[in-house]
Amino acid sequence: MKVYASILKIRLLIGMQYRSAAWAGVATQFFWGFISIMVFEAFYEFAAVTPPISLRELITYIWLQQAFLAFIMLWFRDNELFDLITSGNIAYELCRPTDLYGFWYAKLLAQRLSSALLRCYPILILAFFLPKPYNLTLPPNVSTFILFVVTLLLGLLLLVAISMFLYISVFITLSPMGSLLVFGVLGEFFAGLIIPIPLMPLWLQKIAYVLPFRWTADFPFRVYSGHITQNDAVIGVFIQLGYLLGLLWLGKLALNSVLKRVVVQGG
Amino acid sequence: MIKVEGITKSFKVAKRSTGLLQAAKALVHREHTIVEALKEISFTIEPGEIVGYIGPNGAGKSTTIKIMSGILVPDGGTCNILGYTPWKNRVEYVKNIGVVFGQRSQLWWDVPVIDSFELLKDIYKIPQPEYKSTFDLLIETLELKEIINSPVRQLSLGQRMRCEIAASLIHNPQILFLDEPTIGLDAVSKIAVRQFIKTINQEKGVTVVLTTHDMNDIEALANRVILIGKGSLLYDGNLEELRKRFGSQKTITADYRKNPNPIDIAGTSVISWSPEHVVLSIDTEQTLSSEVITKLSSQLELLDVTIESQPIEDIIIQLYKEFQI
Repeated sequence: MKVYASILKIRLLIGMQYRSAAWAGVATQFFWGFISIMVFEAFYEFAAVTPPISLRELITYIWLQQAFLAFIMLWFRDNELFDLITSGNIAYELCRPTDLYGFWYAKLLAQRLSSALLRCYPILILAFFLPKPYNLTLPPNVSTFILFVVTLLLGLLLLVAISMFLYISVFITLSPMGSLLVFGVLGEFFAGLIIPIPLMPLWLQKIAYVLPFRWTADFPFRVYSGHITQNDAVIGVFIQLGYLLGLLWLGKLALNSVLKRVVVQGG
Repeated sequence: MIKVEGITKSFKVAKRSTGLLQAAKALVHREHTIVEALKEISFTIEPGEIVGYIGPNGAGKSTTIKIMSGILVPDGGTCNILGYTPWKNRVEYVKNIGVVFGQRSQLWWDVPVIDSFELLKDIYKIPQPEYKSTFDLLIETLELKEIINSPVRQLSLGQRMRCEIAASLIHNPQILFLDEPTIGLDAVSKIAVRQFIKTINQEKGVTVVLTTHDMNDIEALANRVILIGKGSLLYDGNLEELRKRFGSQKTITADYRKNPNPIDIAGTSVISWSPEHVVLSIDTEQTLSSEVITKLSSQLELLDVTIESQPIEDIIIQLYKEFQI
């Protein structure tokens, strides 16, 4: 356990070295959040039928999405791991007395946590104090908030488990670009990051509900706004857990099989 | 301590000729060649030895090191190090070894060296007092005090290499694998690194296996060399034996008072000659150097004579030629 805490610490240290990057990130996400809200506002104004998710819920959804970007985006990647694989520096990783899957999982988790810790506060605080209706609202009650925290963290663990497959695929393809694009586009779309899932056509919603991606972002954000009832949220937590265990098991299996055939690139 | 038997490893290498057309063709159909990196390599290394593992580029040195450190899985053969099979019991095994890859870095690029050390301490689960004493020793012997708080990216190559070696030893391993530890270092840093390797071998009894292209490393450190070429083991023995077997050539350099007559002594060949200076090459198995000097002094008024063994570099080149590798 101590190893993982140390990895988180060193990640935070590295993250803090790039302060201007963190501030630039905050500014970008703030700007992006505004644009999205305004686009949806325009749509809502001329909607013929009542949309399945209210504008208030949607605005909350978007601010949370921007604040916790590091928790939910598949393209948010650790280039260091890609470099390890493509340059052959993985040799050093394999000399460590740790299980590689756990070690990398911890690294990826630490990277996302450190990035989110540095960036989420400014966005959350600013979004709270925006004029109505553009502001972030508090969840309806305390138990909803607790459920939100639980589902968000489980979602993060799930996302890291999904992203592990991206890194594993690079052992075979040796170039992260293809996997990143495929995983990124499909994953983000089905996580509801481009269009919130309730706004999708029904047949698309059905697909999205089967895939694991929505449990990382769409689910916790809708729990927060109260769009998903507490009962459903509790059931959802178990589904998240099920996906998490399944993907961890599969990922470990896949990593072990590529490691047996690993080639250290570059001599 | 280390027992390697019949290790083989081959790699599949994608092949295509140059040119756009060939590249397009390779999209549909790829040709592969199988490169046999190691063919039936066997050797045994005893505790406390320093072994120089040499061979030309692409001979399979690094591959062997990577198999012995549990990174690569060989196609065949067995390997027993400290009672473990490296690639099978990787996690338990690697606690006992330290590895340095001269061309790679294990330190975190953006943070001070000491942070990388602290992380390694937790990865290897080293108790604080033990860590402290090893750390102090490494800081002192490798002279790291000044640089330990600088980010890695700001260090020179020599400084970084010293930190890399320290990082590989922070958990007090019993065996140290060094893959080209002196690559790219200047003379001073090289000597510092060699000195250090010698120290830990003598004082802590660490077994060292090192690969290098710098024969001075071997001469300064290893009494045993293992030579491989094209994946096969060619020589395994001590350095003197190697010299005796392949290095019977000596050069005699003589300065003398001006003498216009050219020099011709049986059993020698003239490498260069001037009226005041001559360099002769002899094969000590056929001609004794003392005889040559006696003859020289009878013909000339000698001022200075030096006899040199063939440099180890030359022996190696000769060996590579002999084995056609």
